[in-house]
Parts: sequence; C-alpha cells; structure tokens
Amino acid sequence: MEDKASRTGKIYITIVFLLLYIPIVYLILYSFSKGTTMTNFQGFSLKHYGELFADKRMLAIFLNTILIALLSSVCSTIIGTMGALAVHNAKRRHERETLLSLNSILLVSPDVIIGASFLIFFTALKLPLGFWSVLLSHIAFEIPIVLLLVLPRLDEMSPSMTNAAMDLGASPSQILSKIVLPYIQPGIIAGFFMAITYSLDDFAVTFFVTGNGFTTLSVEIYSRARQGISLEINALAGIMFIFSLILVGVYYLIETHNTGNGAKKSIVEVTDR
Amino acid sequence: MKKFLAAFIAILALCGGLAYGSNQLTKSTGDTGNKVLNLYNWGDYIDPALLTKFQKETGYHVNVETFDSNEAMYTKIKQGGTSYDLTVPSEYMVEKMKTDHMLIPLDKSRLTGMNNYGSSFMNKSFDRGNKYSIPYFWGTLGIIYNDQSIKPGSLEHWNQLWSTKYRNDIMLIDSARDIMGFSLISMGKSVNTTNSAELIKAKDKLNQLSPNVKAVVADEIKMYMAEGEAPVAVDWSGEASEMMSQNSHLHYVVPTEGSNMWFDNLVIPKTAKHFKAIYAFLNFMSKPENAAQNAEYIGYSTPNTTAYKLLPKNIRDDKQFYPDQKVIDRLQVYSNLSPQKVQEYNDLYLEFKMHH
Amino acid sequence: MKKNFRGLFFTPYVLWLAMFVIAPVALIFYYSFFDIHHNFTLANYQEFFTSGTYLTMTANSVLYAFLITLFAILISYPMALVISKLKHRDLWILLVILPTWINLLLKAYAFIGLLSHDGLVNELFQFFGLPIQHMLFTDASFILVAAYIQIPFMILPIYNSLTDISNSYIRASRDLGATKWQTLTKVIIPMTLPGIKSGIQIVFIPSLSLFMLSRLIGGNKVITLGTAVEEHFLTTMNWGMGSTIGVVLIISMVIVMLLTNTKRKRRRA
Repeated sequence: MEDKASRTGKIYITIVFLLLYIPIVYLILYSFSKGTTMTNFQGFSLKHYGELFADKRMLAIFLNTILIALLSSVCSTIIGTMGALAVHNAKRRHERETLLSLNSILLVSPDVIIGASFLIFFTALKLPLGFWSVLLSHIAFEIPIVLLLVLPRLDEMSPSMTNAAMDLGASPSQILSKIVLPYIQPGIIAGFFMAITYSLDDFAVTFFVTGNGFTTLSVEIYSRARQGISLEINALAGIMFIFSLILVGVYYLIETHNTGNGAKKSIVEVTDR
Repeated sequence: MKKFLAAFIAILALCGGLAYGSNQLTKSTGDTGNKVLNLYNWGDYIDPALLTKFQKETGYHVNVETFDSNEAMYTKIKQGGTSYDLTVPSEYMVEKMKTDHMLIPLDKSRLTGMNNYGSSFMNKSFDRGNKYSIPYFWGTLGIIYNDQSIKPGSLEHWNQLWSTKYRNDIMLIDSARDIMGFSLISMGKSVNTTNSAELIKAKDKLNQLSPNVKAVVADEIKMYMAEGEAPVAVDWSGEASEMMSQNSHLHYVVPTEGSNMWFDNLVIPKTAKHFKAIYAFLNFMSKPENAAQNAEYIGYSTPNTTAYKLLPKNIRDDKQFYPDQKVIDRLQVYSNLSPQKVQEYNDLYLEFKMHH
Repeated sequence: MKKNFRGLFFTPYVLWLAMFVIAPVALIFYYSFFDIHHNFTLANYQEFFTSGTYLTMTANSVLYAFLITLFAILISYPMALVISKLKHRDLWILLVILPTWINLLLKAYAFIGLLSHDGLVNELFQFFGLPIQHMLFTDASFILVAAYIQIPFMILPIYNSLTDISNSYIRASRDLGATKWQTLTKVIIPMTLPGIKSGIQIVFIPSLSLFMLSRLIGGNKVITLGTAVEEHFLTTMNWGMGSTIGVVLIISMVIVMLLTNTKRKRRRA
C-alpha cells in the first residue's frame, strides 16, 4: 500500500492531529510545573513525579485501572463479536432491529442510570462489590460499542464468499476462522481499542458498583475535584500516555516486520473479488 | 485465528502481571491484616501523613475510598454491599441519614478530647447533642472577588450582586440550596423556608440576576477564578481558600446580613464493622496536633478550637476563614427538608438555570 | 448440527442482553412509574410532556447533539479519508484513538486552561495583535469541545468502512471517466454509509445526555436532558423522574436506530 494522500490532505490531517494533541501536551507540560495547579506555569520541576512514585495507593489504583481495562476489553470484544454475528445472521428484519435497539440501550442511557441500576442488580444478587462487580459492569457497557464497530464489516462481507466456502464443504467453524474472522479483523481491533477507551473513561458506573477498597483512576480523579486535582494526576496521565505511545509504536513495528505484508495481502486479495 | 489467540494469551499474561503488581503494592502499604479501618471520604480530604502516623501509633491500616457528592455516598451506603466504618457527610446529609436509620450513635464513653471542639460548632440543629456526628471541618458561603476589577471592601452585601455594575461578571456554584439560599437571605428570609410563595419570590429575584451571571459551574469554579475568568463568584469558603492560594488578587467575604454555615462531619454508618479502630481514629483526629496538621493540609477551617490555637498566626488571624463570633452568630445551618421541598427547591433552581 | 453450533455460539451475547440490558431496562421502566413517595403514578410522564421545562430541554438536547454530530462528521470524514490513503494507516488510526485514553475531566481542565481569559489561546491572539476573546461559556466552545471529544469515535467506524473499499472500484470509476469529486460522491461515500451510520449512532446518541461538558465548558448555559437526569438521581433523589427521562432517551434512541437502519441494501448479494 503506497502513500496516495494528496498534499492538502496531509496538511489537513496535520492540523487535526495538532488540535487533538494540544490539550494533552498542555496537561503533560503542567506535570512539570513547580506550582500546584493547571494555571500559571511556574518553572520546571519533577516534584510531582516524586510525589506520584511515593504514593503507593495511587500506583495500585493505576495498575487496577489498566487491569480492569484490558481484561474487560478482551471479554467484551469476544462477546461483542459473537453478538455482531448474531445480529448479522438474524433472518428477519425486525429481529435484527430489535437486537440492535437492545444493544444500544446501554450506549444511550446516562451513566448514572446504568450505575444505579447495576448497583441494585448486584446487591439483589448478593454479589460482593469490588473487583468482580466492576469487571462485570465494564464488560457489560463495552459490548455495545464493540458490536457497533464489528457489524458494518460483517454487513459489507459478500455472502457469496461464505456460500462458496460452504459449497466446497467447509464446516461452520472453518468458515468462521478462515474467512469471517480475518475479514472483520479491523473491526475487532477497533472494537477492542474503543472498549479500552470506555473502560478508562468511566466514572459513574464504576463509582456505584465498586466497594471494599477497590478504586479506579477515574473515580479517584472525580472525587478529588472538590479539593482541586493535584498535578500528581497530570504526571500519572503523562506517564500513561507516553507509555501507550511507546506500546503502540512497538506493536506497530512488530506487526509490519513479522506478518505485516503477507497477512495484509491476503485480506486485500479476498476483498478484490 | 492464530494471531488472535496469540494476542489473547499475551494480554492475559499482562493482566496476570498487573494483578500481581497491584497486589504487591497494596501489601506494601500494610493493607492485609484484620487491623483495618475503612474510611469513605471526599477525595484528597485528609492528610495522608496522618494516616501513616495513625497506623504507626495504633497498628490500624486505613483503607480510603472516595466519593464526590453527599448524595452519591448516601446511595452507596443505603444500598449496602459495602463495609465502610466511617464517612464524612455534610450537615443536612447527617440529618437525612439519621432519619433514614443509616447511622450508629456514638458511644460517648469511648470518646476522648471532645472538649477540644468549640461550642459554636457543637450541638447544632442537624444533630442535637452530637449523638451521631463529630464536626470535621466547617465553613461558610460567601462572595469571592478579584481586586483587579473590584475595590476591596466595596462588595459586602448579597444585594450588591444585582447591581448593573456586575453585568456578566458573576460565577455561581452549581448548588440549588446555596443559590436559592442567598437569594432568600438577601430578602431577609430563612434558608430553610418551606413557604412556597417565598421560594417563588426567591427564584424570581434570581431570574433578575441572570444578566449578571456568567456561568453556573461546580468544582472547576476554582480554576476559573484563579485564571481570572470572572471577577466575582459565589462559593464556599473551602473552595475560596483553594483559589486564593493560587491567585493573590482574590478575596473572600461573608456578607454581613448573614449566610450559610456548613459542616462536614465524621459519622459511623450502619455498615461499620471495626469499632475499636473507629474509636481509635475518632480520638486520634480529635487530638489538637493532628487536627491542626490536617487543617493546614486541607486549608479549611477546623472546629477544633484547641487545634486552632496551634495553627500559624497568619491562618489564625484570617478573618475570612475564622470570622468573629458576631458574624458566626448570624450564620444559618441547612436543615434536612422533606423530599417534596428538596424537589421544589431544585425545580425552581432548574428553572432559573434554564432562564439564563 | 449447524443450529446447535449457532445456539451455543450466541449464548454469551444473549445472556448479556438478558442480564445487563433487559433487567436494568425493566428496572428503569418500573421506577419511572413511581413518585418520591413510592406511589404508583403516571405523573412523571405527564410532567415530562406537559411542562415547558422538559420539552425545552429535549429540544435543546436534540439540537446540540445534532450540531455536535454534524461537526464531528465534517471534521472526521476527510480525516478518515486521508488516513486511509496513508502508508502507515493503521499506525495513524491508533494515534487518533490514543487521546481518548486520557481522562475526560483532565482534558476538560486542559481546555479551560487553553481557552480562558488569560489562557494560551488568548496569549497567542495577543501575540498576533488580535483582541482578547471570551471563548468559554459560549455555544461555540461547548460544541467544539464536545466535537473534539467525539471525533475519534466518528473517525474509527468511517475509517473502518473506507479500508474496506477495494481499489478496483475506485480504479474502475476513474477508468470510466469519473472526476475525483464524482468518485467521492458516487462511489466512496455511498459505500461507506454503514460506517457513517454507526458513527452517528456512537456519537449522536450519547451526545443527547451530555452533562459534564455542558457544565464545565458551557457553564450550564445549555441545560440538556443529561443535566436533569444527573440532578434527579443524585441531588433530589427523585429516581422516578430520572428514570422517566431515561425511558424517553431510550425511545428516542430506538427512533434514531430505525432511521439510520432503514435503507439497508444487500448490494452485493
């Protein structure tokens, strides 16, 4: 795949990327400020990083947050993809519409409502609040977004492909693993990343369903708002951001080096029917 | 498929590592034995050094969980499934939790150092005889102004806010009771009125304030005022101290005709389990040196008058946060209203917000 | 055999639907019929549909959600189009997602610092000799910041469907003498409609119930349904009225879904 973007196109995305990253650069910049707030930069200092690394509670919260994000995203990606297949295979139109509407209810309901109803649900089941209740809730509200990102790929897939495979005697599981999954792979990956986004960003639902000392970063940040959010949090966000940037870079290098071209070609060929 | 499997295993392995890491970290903070205390607090509302000191002195490890509003905390405790030993509601919420049987009375025989608390801060209407609560911090509602555009001393009354001088200049804290409250006070009425006609009048008066209102915001008001986004704000003293530490041009004033006096209080919710730890902690926090240290860290006013005497002179002499008895006598405390009245206050307040 | 396989396969999803969607929705419907004294009543619905307050709020929410979605599409579509043509497009799309991993509240605070009266943007303006602008608490800043938050959610599905278009279609269209513009409007955009639709669903629907940004950046000058829900659940504890608004949101969501799903063609069937 060679570069085919026009010059104006490149200028355009450079501007949008700049806009996307300005607030983030801004808040990372302030993590190096001598002052205590995100107003008036007061000279370079690393003290907020010092505070952060001395704060074991905050570090534990940070690890928990990442743990919940990754674990819930994996589970919701699997279940969401299955759901997308279910919706895609729905025979009648109203069946599909019903499934889709049900699917999106969690996307539209304000977080407080979801949080409060999950809380009632968990306490009714006598499920102790803490890690597991938070994990289950995160999986629950991430599934719809995965489905919405996988489904368009599935719908774009030509039925003739699966029909041909079936005619050639492929079993349903072979069709799934050899044809369908590779085809919808970009949707699945997008779904996974968006699931992480939802998990990291959620405050209200986590707040209601957590307990027994388990906290995530979002809950901690929001409940610090009354006293003013310290720049220690900026430092943490900065580290997290740089870390994910490196991770993305490494992931990409491995991807292009190893399998890159081979795997991509095959997708392209399938598409070029 | 193979690629998916490999990614799946890699992520699970990473999760294992994270779980191990977080477990080690929690262990290293001493949070494993039975000697624990579960404190449900506002975020960053206690000096962490005090928690370490408390553990050293008594051996109890304090687990802190945080909330961001009284009502959210109430819902969590009411629903159960948690085991909080102590929490920190504001005064009207103490009354509400008391009425809803969600609090355990204090065993006075196990408390020490109660005589450190000033008489102006005890035996208040929301908890007569302090059967359930010990004051943690207190403060007022007032006006913050920036001396770059407003002459110091020239803004001292609620009614002045309606002046055409302050067109689009005022920021309000997003709180129904407080905003309706200062409108009521400016008309000489009680902040706890249940008279609908008075409430409607208060709302109509607020509607007239609309042209002066720049925005109605919550915690972020601190950042806005420190940034000089608006010259005037109506906010709580705690928030005011926070913004004044960031911008020396800001001043806080409690209007002479009266205002609200708020309290955050330590209470034992019905979910409590570790009573030895609870009383050890309450007595620890009542000690003047600890209360003073906490007050210096948080920047709010302490009700512990013995601790007050230990504070640095510049804090002690600050009339903005430790006003004269004369001013304190004119302050009104919110009482818990019936759900309909709360709804009425909020509906009117919402109408005011939509009006502007 | 095939049937069995399918049944087993869909179990987790159906289980999820039952436990985390049907049950909470049933709960919300149930609550919406009770007043603060736990009496059964239809008064909540009556209040919603007769009081000017809630109807204005609904109109506001729809209007702002529409504008936010519109801006998000206008910015995102060209963005996705250009990225899909880049050499390392997968890397670039990951870079679009990364900013969403930073906490929303922190980003909003950063925006306050950037847009405020003495903020960075105004300092830049001054540097270029422009007058200082009051940018916060305006509709424009609220819509722009909300669109900023939503853009990655819009780019992703569009990008997804763009990478799916085979080059042969575009080549064919060129060979047949179509201009670039014609190729875009007659071939590319129609083929990416499913992506645009899911983008709209992901952006428009949650935008109806924004409350954080409307307060933080908009200064509560715009009151949306989200603000009211927040207030009913957390301040007045009138869960009945809050749930009623939730029900209205769910119903309007179903309408949006039906509208964006109607013209589903099996083009290549």
